Amino acid sequence: MRVALVLALALTLSALAGCDGDSGGDDGSAGDRLVVSAAASLEPAFTAYAEATGIDAKQSFAGSDDLAAQIRQGVTPDVYAAANTSLPDDLYRDDLVDEPVVFATNTLVLAVPADSDTGVDSVDDLAGNGVTLAIGDEGVPVGDYTREVLGRLGAPQADAILANVRSEEPDVGGIVGKLTQGAVDAGFVYATDVVATDGALEAIDLPPRLQPDVAYGAAVVEGAENPEGAEDFIDGLLAGDGQRALEDAGFGPPPAA
Amino acid sequence: MRRTGLFAVALVAALTAVLLFLILPVVAIFVDAGPGELIRSLGEPASREALWLSLKTTVAALIIIVAVGTPAAYLLATREFRGKAAIVTAIELPLVLPPAAAGIGLLAAFGPKGILGEPLADAGIELALQTAGVVVALTFVAAPFYLRQAQAAFAAVDPSLLDAARTLGASEARAFARVAIPCAAPGLVTGGALAWGRALGEFGATLMFAGSFEGITQTAPLAIFAQFSRDFPAALALSAVLVAVSGALLLSVKLLGRTQLLGGAQA
Repeated sequence: MRVALVLALALTLSALAGCDGDSGGDDGSAGDRLVVSAAASLEPAFTAYAEATGIDAKQSFAGSDDLAAQIRQGVTPDVYAAANTSLPDDLYRDDLVDEPVVFATNTLVLAVPADSDTGVDSVDDLAGNGVTLAIGDEGVPVGDYTREVLGRLGAPQADAILANVRSEEPDVGGIVGKLTQGAVDAGFVYATDVVATDGALEAIDLPPRLQPDVAYGAAVVEGAENPEGAEDFIDGLLAGDGQRALEDAGFGPPPAA
Repeated sequence: MRRTGLFAVALVAALTAVLLFLILPVVAIFVDAGPGELIRSLGEPASREALWLSLKTTVAALIIIVAVGTPAAYLLATREFRGKAAIVTAIELPLVLPPAAAGIGLLAAFGPKGILGEPLADAGIELALQTAGVVVALTFVAAPFYLRQAQAAFAAVDPSLLDAARTLGASEARAFARVAIPCAAPGLVTGGALAWGRALGEFGATLMFAGSFEGITQTAPLAIFAQFSRDFPAALALSAVLVAVSGALLLSVKLLGRTQLLGGAQA
């Protein structure tokens, strides 16, 4: 009986290992399969980019910080693209990704539902009684940018605004969803997110003194199965189809270094 | 002889694979962070607040489910009427509904722009992004677990006992309260435990309908997700608590099932 058990275990493990090997082989023979982990705000641009080039890209979009945490837990996509530069820089410092490049910029805006009169016309209205807000959670780039803006407003106003926050969302998609459903009056999102809603949301520009520098960093992940494809993908973001897709989606060019 | 030997090996291999696959992630939660780390992480105010909120909202949901679900299940178990099968199926639908679909459905029904959004707002009831919204989401996803068990438990009550109670002059309500509920109690408690376990783990519908805010709507599963990127050990610690509580619930269900069988044998 014990022999049977050991045999069974060995069989099972080899079957599992074989299964793993097979799928790896399939990926290899497919050749240009590219796995991309990207910030939620990049979804429209990156989807259009992959369609334009015909790359067989398996893209997952989520909060940049959650994707970085996955990489720290040993997940290895080929490309990591974040809505800030600090998350890829930190991963680079820990030898988890190659040297990141900055490939786009964005602007933070105050978004309100286009069809409802919430009485929010500027940041100054956010501290009012009864106004409700959704913002990004701490650690999510959009949440950190939002806290940067609030920090520049000074403590009394920032505290009053934070007291009106009803939800701290794990990615920018959650904020957009709460806004389009009318669950909150206003939220801080990227200008490109408002463009992507096709008029459901309206953007209110922030005064220049409050505008944070929103820059996107991308890097080839250490241990990527398709590093050449990853490099080509990132190159295309700087010049080519990717750059055009970003521009169409409303992203700005990377700052001249 | 040889053939059965091979077959036995195949069976054992399958069970081994099942065991390894199902147990490993649960064990890993406790192994990955040491006990000291787990205890430290549970000291975090955010974690404690999330657990406290989870306890409050799941208990509230459970009270609603039991209070409304028990008579509803009794009706389904003791009466025959047209369309009963359709009703039972409809009630069980949330069991297999993807949580994200449940969240969208709750928004479409009870959200500010939902079907009942305006009447609710007129009545001064706000659910989306509120603690009450969490309770609504938990009730929605967990209620079928209780309803199913309760219906089965009531159906198993010997009708002659209820008849006897009525013959002795008990009203319908009295027969329900004094005969049906005590007889079905083990099944009702099992259903309650299963519903509680499902509510404790609810994530998707809560995030979409109630959002995530510390102390208001961020239940333990949402806190695990929020802390995943910030503080992995804290996420592990919260997961460990949920695993322990869920395990205890399952164990109590199993033990109850055993006493139920014994009770049945005695009767």
